[in-house]
Amino acid sequence: MACRAWAEKLDAYLDGELSTSDERLLRDHLRVCSSCAADSIDRLQMKRGVHNAGQRFQPDPEFRRRLQSSLAPQRPSRRFWQWVLALAGLLVVAGVLIAGRQYDRTGRRQLTSEVVDMHIATLASANPVDVVSTDRHTVKPWFAGKIPFTFNLPELEGTPFTLAGGRVAYLRQSPGAELIFRVRQHQISAFIFQERAVEGSNPGERDAAGLSFGVRTWSRNGLRYFVIGDASPQDLDQLSELLKAAA
Amino acid sequence: MHTLETGSGRIYSREKNIAARGNKTRRCRFTLVGVPEKSVTTESFAELALPLLDRLYNFAQWLTQDRGEAEDLVQETYAKALRGFASFQRGTNFRAWMYQILRNTFLTSRTGLKAAAMVPIDSAGDEETLAVTESTPESILLERLDRERVQRALDALPVQHREILLLAEFEEMSYQEIASTLGVPVGTVMSRLSRARRALKTIVQGAQRS
Repeated sequence: MACRAWAEKLDAYLDGELSTSDERLLRDHLRVCSSCAADSIDRLQMKRGVHNAGQRFQPDPEFRRRLQSSLAPQRPSRRFWQWVLALAGLLVVAGVLIAGRQYDRTGRRQLTSEVVDMHIATLASANPVDVVSTDRHTVKPWFAGKIPFTFNLPELEGTPFTLAGGRVAYLRQSPGAELIFRVRQHQISAFIFQERAVEGSNPGERDAAGLSFGVRTWSRNGLRYFVIGDASPQDLDQLSELLKAAA
Repeated sequence: MHTLETGSGRIYSREKNIAARGNKTRRCRFTLVGVPEKSVTTESFAELALPLLDRLYNFAQWLTQDRGEAEDLVQETYAKALRGFASFQRGTNFRAWMYQILRNTFLTSRTGLKAAAMVPIDSAGDEETLAVTESTPESILLERLDRERVQRALDALPVQHREILLLAEFEEMSYQEIASTLGVPVGTVMSRLSRARRALKTIVQGAQRS
């Protein structure tokens, strides 16, 4: 084969793209042909020259950063997460408050219904009172030493109420006074306990809703009063006022 | 992740060396692992494409011969590639695909259109220059080709010659890779490369003589 034909294949040979058989033949030729050998060295030099010259430009670090961030998956900003955290915090606080309220309400309901139960027990009892007296000056001293506190009873002269008597009642292992009043055919129980016996429950009149008894409750001088009965609301209110005035 | 042919493994090992030297911006790339499911496409694209950044940028500035234009070109290339990543066929040559996008983007740019207008016609008289040996191999051996002279010579070449020389000699792409990057048959790659080499040689030797 003529040198010129080989020369056409020199590039492919140097680029490693010549077929195996051609490569062997060309290598044989290069061994005997100084002109082609020189030509191949010439071409190889140029290849190396371009290879070395090829690395010339470097991307700007700022540009590199910009490009990288444009490819990075979009993450929510720090500000966004701050908002999410704040919102989550608020939700937790609100949840605790609501749960607390609910718990509190349940506690109040339980307390009120316990007191109502005591009133019903008194109604059903064959011996509703331990001290039978219509005289407040008999009833009040009877409690002395039986309960860890003292209280005043109102003068019932000129009111529709009469005192039937009293007994010791217990609410949450704490002793208190139960006073039984009568108005017309109705029986009303007035309970007096130390405030710390019902501590944390903070009972309310609304909690008696659905119990079919009227309930009045208030706190005075560290004592918690309950007035319970099936009498008219006016009667309950009037008795409550009398007790408050006496205390 | 994906087993993709990325051409010579050289690029990766080089990138890793840079990362090993403590370049933090480089290292970011490796922390992309473990992001939510929906960003998998972005993630694997970044993993494949970012190691090519240095070389793509180098190539882009060789083409545009301007830093700003090169940055725009690379930015647009990455944006296009990311958008089209879903259509990229796994198992085919990712590197050639990226270079192809970069080159096509360049050709439609203002500089690219101007450069394309000056491209010599492929079939122009090859036979005349083929046998011409202007200098003896010894003279070239004696006078080593220094980088700057070759770079100036490459600058002077029409962009079509410059790009194919860089792809073949610097990127060390196979004829097949170059063919898919340029979107021409392998035969055209061979003839164009041969002409580009002769043109470069002429310029280098001209510079040597002067």
